[in-house]
Amino acid sequence: MTTQQPAEVQPAADERIELERAVVKHWKAPISYAVLTAVSFILMVLLARDGLARLRLASGGDFFQIPDALLPVRATGVVVVVLLALLTAFSFWAAATVRKVGAWLPVVFGIVFVVGFLVWAGAGAMIPIPGLLFATVGLSVPLIFGAMGGVISERAGVVNIAIEAQLLGGAFTGAVVASATGSTIVGVFAAMVASVLVSMVLAVFAIRYFVEQIIVGVVLNVLIAGLTNFFYSSVLTDNPALNSPDRLPRLNIPLLENIPLIGPALFNQTAIVYAMYLIVPLIAWGLFKTTWGLRLRAIGEHPLAADTVGINVPRLRFWNVSLAGAVAGLGGAYFTLDSNGAFTREMTAGLGYIALAAVIFGQWHPIKATAAALLFGFASALQQTLGAIGSPVPSEFMLMLPYVITILAVAGFIGQSRPPAASGKPYRKQ
Amino acid sequence: MNDTPRDADDPIEPVERDRPGGSPDSGEQPTVVHAPQATAVTPVATAPGATDDRTVEDDDPWGSAFRRIMGGNLVMALLAIFASLVVGGILIAATDERVQAASGYFFARPGDMLGAIWDAVFGAYSALFQGSILNFSRPEAGFATMIKPLTDTLNFATPLIAAGLGVAIAFRVGLFNIGGRGQMLWAAAAAGWVGFSFQLPPVLHVLVAIAVGIVAGAIWGAVAGALKAFTGAHEVIVTIMLNFVALWFITWMLRTPGLLQNPASNNPISPPMPDSATLPSIFGPPFILHWGFVLSVAAVIFCSWLINRSSLGFQFRAVGYNKSAALNAGMDVKRLTVLAMAFAGGFMGLAGAQQVTGAVTTGFTSGIDAGIGFDGITVALLGGSTPWGTFFAGLLFGAFKAGGFRMQAAEGVPIDIILVVQSFIVLFIAAPPLVRAMFGLPQPGKKSRRQRRDEAALKAMTQQKGAQS
Repeated sequence: MTTQQPAEVQPAADERIELERAVVKHWKAPISYAVLTAVSFILMVLLARDGLARLRLASGGDFFQIPDALLPVRATGVVVVVLLALLTAFSFWAAATVRKVGAWLPVVFGIVFVVGFLVWAGAGAMIPIPGLLFATVGLSVPLIFGAMGGVISERAGVVNIAIEAQLLGGAFTGAVVASATGSTIVGVFAAMVASVLVSMVLAVFAIRYFVEQIIVGVVLNVLIAGLTNFFYSSVLTDNPALNSPDRLPRLNIPLLENIPLIGPALFNQTAIVYAMYLIVPLIAWGLFKTTWGLRLRAIGEHPLAADTVGINVPRLRFWNVSLAGAVAGLGGAYFTLDSNGAFTREMTAGLGYIALAAVIFGQWHPIKATAAALLFGFASALQQTLGAIGSPVPSEFMLMLPYVITILAVAGFIGQSRPPAASGKPYRKQ
Repeated sequence: MNDTPRDADDPIEPVERDRPGGSPDSGEQPTVVHAPQATAVTPVATAPGATDDRTVEDDDPWGSAFRRIMGGNLVMALLAIFASLVVGGILIAATDERVQAASGYFFARPGDMLGAIWDAVFGAYSALFQGSILNFSRPEAGFATMIKPLTDTLNFATPLIAAGLGVAIAFRVGLFNIGGRGQMLWAAAAAGWVGFSFQLPPVLHVLVAIAVGIVAGAIWGAVAGALKAFTGAHEVIVTIMLNFVALWFITWMLRTPGLLQNPASNNPISPPMPDSATLPSIFGPPFILHWGFVLSVAAVIFCSWLINRSSLGFQFRAVGYNKSAALNAGMDVKRLTVLAMAFAGGFMGLAGAQQVTGAVTTGFTSGIDAGIGFDGITVALLGGSTPWGTFFAGLLFGAFKAGGFRMQAAEGVPIDIILVVQSFIVLFIAAPPLVRAMFGLPQPGKKSRRQRRDEAALKAMTQQKGAQS
């Protein structure tokens, strides 16, 4: 999809030397927008549904009540498709004239598309937006923690396929330790320790024994699934007392929780979620503004250069992969100490792989990866909500969405996907 | 979308370069990769002297992993299996109730606890053996009962071998096929659909069903291959994501009447397979071993011929050893990548088709793959990515599975322990230095402590002399 048009080089005699300038035009993004617009056109105009869609925007304790939005489905569909077409046209124009488009275009495009889709799917029914957002945050938390673990690890040059294992190990250990000690806080720390141990196995095999990191990751996923299942069957089923942790209390933040629309979703959560609000910006700041972050990125991009200036690459990689495990462990604790309240077999159910998808779709950047995780969380929250009101789209297709988006992302159709240069390559000192 | 030179269509370098995970040829310079089986390709020396070997490994994480896995001799494999069984034994003992009870008064009567440990571990592994090789607990029941576990082992090994080939052949081309689950699911769906919607003569029917399944798996594999070849997307990520796409798609088809759902059921399950579309038992009841095993053996022979004797296999190996060299030799690397993934998907497809036509003929669900796609990875790694190595590794893991069920039934040890043991085997196989360290074996290429001491002394002496003069 990329066309190269090298500017003509004059076979100049002796006047001026024209430097060759390569102009690369990217058509993948506009084509993706065009495809999405076409899909919207088919859904919202050709297959338009009649009636009104009611979007409930208010919830109980808001400062002020926003009235429900009553939108005519057919007209909204037309408006949305026109807007999408305009954005697509702009994108084509920008690509043709080799203009850089900011991040606003995909964001605006996405919001318009989602609104249109919500209205189309909610024809003749009521969609509670605050509930949808609450579910989004809830479903995103483990994804975000897992994605942060992935970002740190991969930025340090170790591919982290084992996010699933870290989440599962954390969930199991958190449940057992919290039940045994009766303290959820101890449980959370135990979950982090368990995930760190999983990470350390990954790190030892990848860094010390130079085993292919993807192999270690895949095997760790199988190993931890096997181990937790084994202990679940052999120990937990006979001792239910070991699998009944207290759940973390829900802490309301006064005033903030009364903000309409987003208040209840963001500020009526447990300590783990509030920790997430702190950790994500902290990682983003640390990665790009501190010595730690500079070194971390250096060993992931060019370990030889980092080594040359005296950084101990294997050691730094080891500790950063361990740190990644600690962060992912919080996500694991969330499963058993917040959302579910008990451990069940393979309860992470492939969420570790969605977190990996968020890392890739988020371009190995903490904030973007968080946004990607929120998007994937939103998709599955939407699938649940639509399932409740009778969805016109089979729920399986909604569940498929994160994976399809990731395939498009790594294929270069959405955004750009370039991992840290040395990610996956073991570093051997010469 | 920035204008980066790394993007798409540059003929050689960029497509290979910007992917997570790395691959045999993602190094900066054209690399010399020693052939996994050492002799076929004569390495062209680049760097002189002793550093040669190391630079090659530096540039080439995959190649070194392959070499390590394949170079690992039988002894390493046996030690890894032994060590993993020890780990499994520790877990079995630790979770055994009698052991736990006896541990309370260990210092008063240590014999109790040791005896309990012996009982637990020996009982479990004895059940594992009797469930997988030879049932000698009831010799009066006749030869058939005695030998049945062995045929069960072959039965469980059947899809594992096929799936192992699906991973192994991709490995040989430098690709990592984690997409076994999706490929098997599509194959199962396609073979099942042919099975229950058409009326064909008995032998032909099952063969057609399996062939369609293989094609379906091959197509799903080729999708991943094409995405890698033409967009540079990393096949690990793509195959993982395609697994879930396939899972949800098949789930949807299974619960949608008129597609794959059994009209007589409300559950997401397909109609049962007619007799004409099932693989019959080779020896008749009570043996469940079906003709799929013969197909798996045929697949091993075919794969062996394909890799070692055919022109296509030569090109596959060439790409696996060194993609740039293959490209320079005029091979169409993109086409070979797609083809390799298609073959990988085809072998996975055989496994999926065997599942619906042989193992589960009463209608399948979206869990028909039963984790075999992932097991295939461990099988291929243990088998050193060679067809016959994969065959024997498949037999071993088939034995674990067959024995695991008996172990669970007879000794109450959850079958999940098998997964744990398998994972440890692969981890140990992949890291021979660790196994050598565990068993106190000398590390090759590493000098003994005495040698190092002597050398240090010599060095110190020469330095001293240098300082004096």
